[in-house]
Amino acid sequence: MIPELGHFALILALCVSLVQGVLPVFGAQNGRREWIVLARPAAQIAFLLMLASFAALAWSFYVNDFSVQYVAAHSNSQLPTLFRFGAVWGGHEGSLLLWVFMLSGWTVAVAQFSRTLDDAMVARVLGVLGLVTTGLLLFILFTSNPFDRLLPAAENGRDLNPLLQDPGLIFHPPMLYMGYVGFAVAFAFAISALLSGRLDAAWARWSRPWTTAAWVFLTLGIALGSWWAYYELGWGGWWFWDPVENASFMPWLLGTALLHSLAVTEKRGSFKSWTVLLAIGAFSLSLLGTFLVRSGVLTSVHAFATDPRRGIFILVLLLLVVGSSLALFAWRAPKVALGGTFALVSRESLMLVGNVLLVVACASVLLGTLYPLLIDALKLGKISVGPPYFNAVFVPLMAPVLFLLAAVPLAKWKNADAKDIALRMWIPAGLAIVAAILVPRVMGGWTVMTAVGVALSVWIASSGVIQVARRLKAGFPPASFWGMHLGHFGIAVFVFGVTMVGGFQEEQDVRMEPGDTVLVGGYNFKMIGVKDVTGPNYSAARGEFEVTHGGGAPNILYPEKRNYFSSTMPMTEAAIDAGFTRDVYVSLGEPLEGKAWAVRVYFKPFVDWIWGGCLLMALGGLFAVTDRRYRMGLKSAAASAGALQGAQP
Amino acid sequence: MNAKALIPLVLFAVLVGFLAVGLRLDPHEVPSPLVNKPAPAFKIAQLEQPEAQFSPEDLKGKVWLLNVWASWCVACRQEHPVLMDFARAQIAPLIGLDYKDQRKDALGVLKRSGNPYDITAFDADGRVGIDYGVYGVPESYVIDKAGVIRYKHIGPITTEALQKTIIPLINELKKT
Repeated sequence: MIPELGHFALILALCVSLVQGVLPVFGAQNGRREWIVLARPAAQIAFLLMLASFAALAWSFYVNDFSVQYVAAHSNSQLPTLFRFGAVWGGHEGSLLLWVFMLSGWTVAVAQFSRTLDDAMVARVLGVLGLVTTGLLLFILFTSNPFDRLLPAAENGRDLNPLLQDPGLIFHPPMLYMGYVGFAVAFAFAISALLSGRLDAAWARWSRPWTTAAWVFLTLGIALGSWWAYYELGWGGWWFWDPVENASFMPWLLGTALLHSLAVTEKRGSFKSWTVLLAIGAFSLSLLGTFLVRSGVLTSVHAFATDPRRGIFILVLLLLVVGSSLALFAWRAPKVALGGTFALVSRESLMLVGNVLLVVACASVLLGTLYPLLIDALKLGKISVGPPYFNAVFVPLMAPVLFLLAAVPLAKWKNADAKDIALRMWIPAGLAIVAAILVPRVMGGWTVMTAVGVALSVWIASSGVIQVARRLKAGFPPASFWGMHLGHFGIAVFVFGVTMVGGFQEEQDVRMEPGDTVLVGGYNFKMIGVKDVTGPNYSAARGEFEVTHGGGAPNILYPEKRNYFSSTMPMTEAAIDAGFTRDVYVSLGEPLEGKAWAVRVYFKPFVDWIWGGCLLMALGGLFAVTDRRYRMGLKSAAASAGALQGAQP
Repeated sequence: MNAKALIPLVLFAVLVGFLAVGLRLDPHEVPSPLVNKPAPAFKIAQLEQPEAQFSPEDLKGKVWLLNVWASWCVACRQEHPVLMDFARAQIAPLIGLDYKDQRKDALGVLKRSGNPYDITAFDADGRVGIDYGVYGVPESYVIDKAGVIRYKHIGPITTEALQKTIIPLINELKKT
């Protein structure tokens, strides 16, 4: 009965979303007040219905209702309760339901926090969101209904994929989806602005906190996924340029460009059509990512079940949403988007360069991701594109972005003095050069790549610190200032981590017997032995390793090789001793003859700085969202934005 | 409207064109090295009569369909009605290979939902599956009179695949 109620709530949500998507938009275009005011209550009701539907599915998992096909396929009575909850979005149908649930969450948040925005604009924004929701609900109901029954009921479920039985899974997809879906809000604002013809500073100011919030979630989601892959897959890597990873990274790149472009539009009224295009692009890539992941047109380590009907449905949805948006853009943008002027060297021009580089980097990732598909479609064979392409193309594109990033906050709007900027950057430049010479030598060998990485990292971090110190003399700066510098500092930390791991990690694959030792990165690993242990739904071989460094006390690590009862694929649980400046990492490979095992031992310097950097970026975004000027009423915001346009900062 | 503003739309149209073509291709459809090779030989116990054995040799001179399935395989349930139709039509012998399964579970499924198979071979440890290059259940193989694999179908057999590809192929092979 509960699953049917969930199904019914989903159908009702579709009807309400359709009303929310059609009437308020027409009302706003034709000035019909009674239709305009429908937007808010419709968004609220749709959210409640989605909540009910999601709760019904979660309940079916909680009570092990194996007469629901989706539950039978992704859960098991032996699965621990926490993972049963995570299993709700462990498969295709449930994760789409989560997608739409979050979309309705963002929609209702816009409805709640837009009291000061004029009603017609709210009606358009909520209407666009309602249309997107309608499309995705149709997709769920027609091709991916999570409430389909399985009669007779299965005796037990097939169990959740063991790879996904991890606390990381519980948080990774919701974070990622919050980010993906959050760009729908920026998209809706952009479309509304095109519809109304009002592409002004107030529009940019309204879009900014929403875009930043979505970007924060996406950053955290990607970082969590990367961290999860690092400790769960047992390969010791943190990024694989897998199509599914790329699908989340492309919206991030465009979202980052959008954040900065919005800042220019708000402050200076420039880049209007560019900003609108980025807003459409970021959300389109979120939808494209969903298409790539869910249609099975690409192979990936995230092997998902595929169904050609689903692919065609999402493609049509993509065509309608993105095609109509871009057509609207082509029709309206040239009329409504006339920006201010700026000199060749100015904050605008530097940000534009950075922005274009981010977009080109995103395009290069898109090309690499889709290239196998293009080649296959042109009947030229089946190929795959791997990390060598991405590293060769992506890294050189990002290096100038990182170089610019340190100096842009020093440049004045409209017309900046290049000599003045250079004069103020000589301390960071000196520090960067010294660090680039010294740090790689200390770590164990100088190479061009590590020197460039260290130099860029120190360049960004030190110029940020100096700018903050100078600004503090003039009084306490607002939250958005802190947000920007924290975010940029996070990038510096991230770049440092990536450089160190890339340049100085050590790894060994060795055959070990109890009593054997191996020395990696100055750490001595001694194998004590391997024992059999039993978990709630798996049995495992658990190794015991004693790790010593210098004269310090030994540290015991327990890597495991698990066999889940429901699966034939053995799972590796690496044991990691994490530290501020390094991780040591042991994972069990295959059992060899006698008591010997193939063992992988890694030394990863500064690897946690990669995720630490992401966390700082997200924190920076969070600071920026809380800036108090976003809480001012729209009228005063519009007025002050107008005033800003005339004045020199 | 000016031409520059149309560029994103045009680029998007090209992308959609490629995606639409890509949808009809299957990246998993790596050509199987076993197609047009003799089906690997094996001799293992049958599911329903553990004392009797099954070997592909037994069907020499006939065109037949080998379907790899398991009771734990949810996609197999989706495929099951299609196989029932195939069995009813009596086009060719349908042999099941119960892959990495428990005898009790497998028999339970056949009892509850019907048994389309003429014989089911019981591959408890998955060794036969390895010889046949099975990497996901279900998979199906069309094997000709000389014992050569002529076609491999990955994933659940759909009614469409059955009517348009598998049955015509079987009828073709029967004539030779």
